[in-house]
Amino acid sequence: MAFKAATQKFGSSINAVELGVGDKKITLGGENVFPLYTFDDAIANSPKVGVELTDLGIDDTLPELKEFYAGCDTIADQAKKAATMEGADFLSLRFEGADPNGENKSTEDCVAIAKEVAAAVDLPIVICGCKNVEKDSELFSKIAEAVPDKNILFLACKEENYKNVGASVGLAYKQKVGAESAVDINLAKQLNVVLTQLGVNAGDIVCNVGSATAGYGFEYVVSTLDRIKSAALSQGDGDLQMPIMTPVASETYNVKESLASEEDAPEWGSREARAVEMEIVTATACIASGSNAVILKHPQSVATVSKFVKELM
Amino acid sequence: MALKGLDIFKLTPKKNCKECGFPTCMAFSMKVAQGAVEITKCPHISDDVVAQLAEATAPPMKTIKIGAGDEEHQLGGETVLYRHEKTFVSKTLYATTVCDCKDDAENDAILERMKKIDYERIGEREYVELVYVNHADGKDGYVDLVKKADATGRTLVLGVKDVDLAKAALDVVKDKKPILNGADASNYEAMSNLATEYGVVLGVTGANLDELHDTVEAIEKLGNKNLILDVGTESVKDAFKNAVEIRRACLKNEDRTFGYPSLVNIGRLAAGDKTMQAALASLFTLKYGSVVVFEEMDYAQALALYGLRQNVFTDPQKPMTVEPGIYPINGATADSLCATTVDFALTYFVVSGELERSGVPINLIIQDAGGMSVLTSWAAGKLSASSISKFIEEEIKDKVTCRKLIIPGKVAVLKGELENKLPDWEIIVAPNEAVQLVKFLKDLTA
Ligand code: B12
Ligand code: SF4
Repeated sequence: MAFKAATQKFGSSINAVELGVGDKKITLGGENVFPLYTFDDAIANSPKVGVELTDLGIDDTLPELKEFYAGCDTIADQAKKAATMEGADFLSLRFEGADPNGENKSTEDCVAIAKEVAAAVDLPIVICGCKNVEKDSELFSKIAEAVPDKNILFLACKEENYKNVGASVGLAYKQKVGAESAVDINLAKQLNVVLTQLGVNAGDIVCNVGSATAGYGFEYVVSTLDRIKSAALSQGDGDLQMPIMTPVASETYNVKESLASEEDAPEWGSREARAVEMEIVTATACIASGSNAVILKHPQSVATVSKFVKELM
Repeated sequence: MALKGLDIFKLTPKKNCKECGFPTCMAFSMKVAQGAVEITKCPHISDDVVAQLAEATAPPMKTIKIGAGDEEHQLGGETVLYRHEKTFVSKTLYATTVCDCKDDAENDAILERMKKIDYERIGEREYVELVYVNHADGKDGYVDLVKKADATGRTLVLGVKDVDLAKAALDVVKDKKPILNGADASNYEAMSNLATEYGVVLGVTGANLDELHDTVEAIEKLGNKNLILDVGTESVKDAFKNAVEIRRACLKNEDRTFGYPSLVNIGRLAAGDKTMQAALASLFTLKYGSVVVFEEMDYAQALALYGLRQNVFTDPQKPMTVEPGIYPINGATADSLCATTVDFALTYFVVSGELERSGVPINLIIQDAGGMSVLTSWAAGKLSASSISKFIEEEIKDKVTCRKLIIPGKVAVLKGELENKLPDWEIIVAPNEAVQLVKFLKDLTA
């Protein structure tokens, strides 16, 4: 018997969500097939790669990274430099320093940084918070107000602050809402349901359904992504059809494989190589399971993951 | 399964003699179709029919064994496309390549570097399981290279299409049950006969899936069903398509011709591009590569990929756990420092590994946290000041004399409450990550 291919093209599709404005704007989602399955049907919008920046500056323990950002005095300088990375589709600015339990930077200072960065680059911008839900609500609302015309994604609207963030970012300022939940399909769905009930347009939502590093509970991330894409496409579940963005670098740089110094683990070889491979392996696994965008840190990782995606499109 | 009661009924003698314990052959056949009784319960069924049925009711994807002794590995046998449906059973194996197109010194160096990657992660040995021994057209010295690769003790994949050369190589290593990866539409007959004669798994490839399908069918007609399918090196996009379509055809459409494990040569798909090979290895570990061949896998790639593989090839239902209790590390005694963490196996292994590395005698106290990570169990309410203090009061305090307790940095918020609940204990907050423990303990005990 001759071979018969079993194509899986679905009647439902992932929502197409635009980020940014002008020539450099990007679209996440839109596909009606499983991740990277271009042989089932064309995928119009390939998965995108973002560059992670934080208000605390760059990680100068990694030689290549330090070299790459050499001479950048401000976060805006770093953003300009990051935008030149080969394969960079967008920038993600994380306000780690805003955490009241950490540096507790004022909202005004953070808004000023966000404004400078937005003025410096024309790539789409994602704003990530500091993990403190009250501070994030305030920060997001003020940045959304201060930078009105860039179509920004605010990636940390959680169960605890969705009313505030949804109402300000999504409804009042018409920017994009990033719904963050904890590695569980039901939690992801629940948050999308309450956000849309609040009046946020489903087409303005991007999800972060949780993240982990390869080797550290990552199987739950894979299965959550697999199940969400399956529900969205084969069951046509409209509450799960939002495109998914996964911050990767903010996870992978915390594990031993990326952190251990060369003196501590001489047999492991270059620390930088380990950190880069961990980022790449985790990011490509996220994309293969359904992430429509990943956020990375190292120029080598950004270039490789971007090339990987291009070769598969 | 594929066979219905009626199909089985057609194979019975239709005597209705009741010797099988059922009133009619039809009733018996229905039960066999449900898997409730064995076909052999009917004494009148011929061996031929039994064999035919075993074939038809076997799982769609074959389980293939390669290697010998301690180096025996299992490939294939998967029943699902996604790990949340059921556990993936045969983990992806990785290979490093040596080639007769390279000089001796270069091949030696590759094998030496490969041997260095050998460590334990959560109770599992992580090393490069396979060596791909490639033959390049017109080059000499293949058999010597096979001997050299064999000396590492790893199972080999012989990448050779020339039948005579393949035979010469197999004469050297047949007992180690390598994979002979070299059949295609042009040479399959001779290759298959050779593989059958030597009892080894045959790797088959094709210019496209139609050709591959036809070739596999032809090989099966020769009586050889001990195969692995090489998804080809035309392009990354093509290789991915083939890997997915082969697995899907078999598991979703029960196309048994494609019911074999697959081999992906990422070394050739991304020659000279190390980080791209890591990206592809990650993709094919998730999506259906049974054997993934690198040009040369390095330590940095291994650390990331073995972690990924270990996560993905686990039971989706139950997390691995360790028993609650006191685990003395570095010869700790009753008066040594105490540290606590959760009973999630991954966490335990990561933390205990670092504690060992510190050289500081310490009692690691594991409490029942439902087999979850530190933050997960904390968020779920299973790791709290009450649960820790209760466990210490009931199980620990009489067994140790030291009253210093180190808690994970990620649950630093528990400090105050713990101090209230365990007034005679000093509560010390450790850093967030286990990797920071060595320095932390050194400073603490200095
Ligand atoms: C996998 C996972 C799950 C799995 C659990 C699997 C398991 N067996 O643990 C599932 C899907 C079941 C799950 C469920 C939930 N999860 Co969860 N989960 C994760 C995830 C992705 C990875 C966890 C993991 O395996 N880490 C790896 C292990 C090794 O880490 P660890 O135990 O912390 O150990 C490290 C350190 O703590 C340190 N360490 C440990 N012990 C010690 C001791 C000492 C002395 C020292 C120095 C260091 C140290 O060493 C390790 C390495 O450095 C994380 C996100 C993430 N990226 O971490 C979220 C996460 C932990 N989950 C979270 C939540 C909220 C939940 C839920 C409550 C969601 C819900 N509402 O249902 C549930 C709770 C479970 C329940 N009700 O049954 C949150 C916690 C948020 C918070 N800050 O409190 C997280 C952080 C996700 C998020 N960003 O929101 N989760
Ligand atoms: S023993 Fe065989 S022949 Fe007799 S009734 Fe049962 S199935 Fe039919």
